[in-house]
Amino acid sequence: MGRYVARRLLLTIPVLIGASFLIFAMVYALPGDPIRALAGDRPLSPAVQAALRDEYNLDDPLWLQYAKYVWGLLQLDFGTDFSGREVWDIIERRLPVTAKLALAAVIFEALIGLAAGILAGIRRGSFFDNLVLVTTTLIVSIPVFVLGFVAQYLFGLRIPIFPTSGIRDGWYSYLLPGLVLASLSLAYVARLTRTSLAENLRQDYVRTARAKGLKPSVVIGKHTLRNSLIPVVTFIGADIGALMGGAIVTETIFNIPGLGRAVYDAVLRQEGAVVVGIVTLFVFFYIFFNLVVDILYALLDPRIRYD
Amino acid sequence: MIPTSTALSQTPSSPAPLPGAPVLEVEDLSVEFRTPKGVVRAVNGISYEVNPGETVAILGESGSGKSVSVQAVMGILDSPPGFVTGGRVLFEGRDLLGASAEEQRAVRGPGISMIFQDALSSLNPVFTVGHQIAEMFRAHQGTSRKEAKEAAIELLDRVRIPAARERVNAYPHQFSGGMRQRVMIAMALALNPKVLIADEPTTALDVTVQAQIMELLKDLQRDTGMGLLLITHDLGVVNEVADRVLVMYAGNVVETGTVDEVFSDPSHPYTEGLMASVPAVEDKGKRLQPIVGTPPDLSRIPPGCSFHPRCPRRVLEGAPPGKNCQDDIPLLLPVGTAGRASACHYRKEVLRARSAGTPA
Repeated sequence: MGRYVARRLLLTIPVLIGASFLIFAMVYALPGDPIRALAGDRPLSPAVQAALRDEYNLDDPLWLQYAKYVWGLLQLDFGTDFSGREVWDIIERRLPVTAKLALAAVIFEALIGLAAGILAGIRRGSFFDNLVLVTTTLIVSIPVFVLGFVAQYLFGLRIPIFPTSGIRDGWYSYLLPGLVLASLSLAYVARLTRTSLAENLRQDYVRTARAKGLKPSVVIGKHTLRNSLIPVVTFIGADIGALMGGAIVTETIFNIPGLGRAVYDAVLRQEGAVVVGIVTLFVFFYIFFNLVVDILYALLDPRIRYD
Repeated sequence: MIPTSTALSQTPSSPAPLPGAPVLEVEDLSVEFRTPKGVVRAVNGISYEVNPGETVAILGESGSGKSVSVQAVMGILDSPPGFVTGGRVLFEGRDLLGASAEEQRAVRGPGISMIFQDALSSLNPVFTVGHQIAEMFRAHQGTSRKEAKEAAIELLDRVRIPAARERVNAYPHQFSGGMRQRVMIAMALALNPKVLIADEPTTALDVTVQAQIMELLKDLQRDTGMGLLLITHDLGVVNEVADRVLVMYAGNVVETGTVDEVFSDPSHPYTEGLMASVPAVEDKGKRLQPIVGTPPDLSRIPPGCSFHPRCPRRVLEGAPPGKNCQDDIPLLLPVGTAGRASACHYRKEVLRARSAGTPA
């Protein structure tokens, strides 16, 4: 197991290098001149422009810009944005915000999704089962930004029980955005749990558990659920990484100063160092949580061994 | 001594001179499956009993209703679509079908226990075998974790699994097929059940392992005095271990009696056909004699005798009143020696023809 984890961690290095280069190249390929965009209506003198271009290596070819960026990274220098702020400072300040949002989303996803899926799976064909099917289909078919605006309008303005933007109310302000961010995955988790549970209820070992005279709660809660949760845990784990990336839309709608919002602003301003730094971090989280899932997988299912 | 006509048609009188009352009695049990395509009548009023220490075999081909009938007895029928539509299941005189779910649950394990065909899929893959065996003690007797584990080790030892103390922490997939079936048996025997139902316990195993498992079951039965209800389609297994046999066809018992009598002198054309299809050493080089045709679709059981479309002895034209194989349902009625019964209008003729053919 230890060797397996070490190998997987080593594998993240080439992936991170490749991912950061791709992102770097995409920012480089964006049309427009970042310095001119920065200046806005007040034209800068050619001398100032040249100085800025030189400072941010904007006149170098792509490969050299990237090489200089990586050289900086190796010295733990993540670069600066155009106003001179360290990218690392931005990450340090905003990561906790995004992490809280993602955590709120995962909790919603796991609690509501699992509960709905389990109840629907146990009582297939019941009213509740059909309700879950219809609701999840509806959620999956609505784009998240529509859902976000509708939720904001309904529960922030018409029935003002949640703040519409910002994080001034502490944990409470993360509830609505967290639910919106979780909505799509929540629907998937409910569906996946329902199908997986229904499938496992037909397994021979469930019949054995009943033949052993175990209580129905043990037959379902222990013998069926443990097996049914394997695919669900896989999905939720891999989804944590995706949630952080998906936070870009939600954080923008609810004006939450997290990493997603920072990337959005940085893309508009073509601040390469910020975009590459944060998105590469997203990639790292994604890989990391996938590794966690694979390890969890072996713990849940003794038939899986990484030796 | 002559039972009433309904009892006569359903319950073959007990042949065994064993002392004491039967531990398990099944009376007129019927099971159907309600599917979108229609009602499938899987079991149509079968009756039997199992005495302490006795081995009763239910013999039948796939789809004859043998497994479904014991699942109904255990109360583990998948419902829906399966429903028990009639009959009684008496365990030590108490009706289980009328009992509450909680009472039924309390009987499963300490009263009646069951082992299944495929031990790999019947054991939970994510728990150790020790845990799954110990669960019996913990659930029914509230034994402590530690004691239950010790008891599980003892049981593994009793079903002759080598190095039981180390193997107790292994998972089902880490055992061979035969060893897995031993684990199943250990689990089923944990609480010393009065009746063990073995649903095709050796079908998934190779021949040498089959013999070991059957021998183990017989030894354990001798030690505990439990009744053994064996579900199988293997004539050889029935011949070796069973005292009495019930032959099932299309959800009905077509013949019953001691294994020796039924196998040597069948009184039902279906049993006769089964015996003729067994390869024998002296018939080497000859063609086997199969029963022509296929078992009926249980949602469209033929009228009259359900076996008549495949029966070489059927009488349709010029049949005596009430004995037309196509119109009249044959009841399970006594034939030959005490305790034997056959559901054929011409059971006496079948038996006589066979007896006449056998050298005295």
